[in-house]
Amino acid sequence: MRAKVTVMLKNGVLDPQGEAVKSALGALGFEGVDAVRQGKVIELDLAETDAAAAEATVREMCEKLLANTVIESYGVEIL
Amino acid sequence: MRAAVVTFPGSNCDRDLAVAFEAAGFEVHRVWHKDTALPERLDVIGLPGGFSFGDYLRCGAIAANAPICREVKAFAEKGGHVLGICNGFQILLETGLLPGALMRNASLHFVCKPVGLRVETADSAYTSKYTAGAEITIPIAHHDGNYQADAETLARLDGEGQVAFRYLDNPNGSAADIAGVLSPNRRVLGMMPHPERAVDPLHGGTDGAALFAGLTEALVAA
Repeated sequence: MRAKVTVMLKNGVLDPQGEAVKSALGALGFEGVDAVRQGKVIELDLAETDAAAAEATVREMCEKLLANTVIESYGVEIL
Repeated sequence: MRAAVVTFPGSNCDRDLAVAFEAAGFEVHRVWHKDTALPERLDVIGLPGGFSFGDYLRCGAIAANAPICREVKAFAEKGGHVLGICNGFQILLETGLLPGALMRNASLHFVCKPVGLRVETADSAYTSKYTAGAEITIPIAHHDGNYQADAETLARLDGEGQVAFRYLDNPNGSAADIAGVLSPNRRVLGMMPHPERAVDPLHGGTDGAALFAGLTEALVAA
């Protein structure tokens, strides 16, 4: 079973990297980019075969390590 | 007095920190991240600067889950003194021993230079040899030193006098110019500037020496 974790800065937390990407896109001539947020995607291959159990485990992984919940939010997709 | 300095793969200020502790009169024990026990009868643990585990995932996140950090956490929770500098500060935040998070510098640049700091409180072992309000110069060298916490946490840090140092000229975007914070019991200090790089005239300044001297004095008296 595969899981995909998406970690993003929480709304309201200033994302300097996203701002820099936005300004670089503007410099390249891409107009109308109102906002850019940069995050990360983490893919996991799991031995677990039960989707609900896998999701619960991955959420625990997010809380303990994969995301810093002070500044980041996360989403879990079981594939 | 006995100090431990923890080395993680990628630590690069561990020796400097050990030298600063030794100069202040500590017997220093070097500890490896895979160790599962700390030396006995420790007075203080130092978490040094550097790039532990290559800053993979988030600065300090992997180190905070290294075997030795369980012991560091237990030591702090029993009332032990822990000093985390730069990457060590990032590790302390990732362990949850201190509140908040350190993000990429607002400028996105790595900043390496001496900076002016204001000592915000003299009420801790680390800052007792300074005067509250004193302005000192200590070097910084980091890419991820932009301290952030929610408004409630910032208000609490301010109200309880847990802000140890503030930047005079904010180099990284930190909320409320915060450069260093103390735990509620004032025994855990995390700071981005490097006091261990300002303890010898050859460093270009000695404003960091009082931090180690204060620690020595407080721990001898304890």
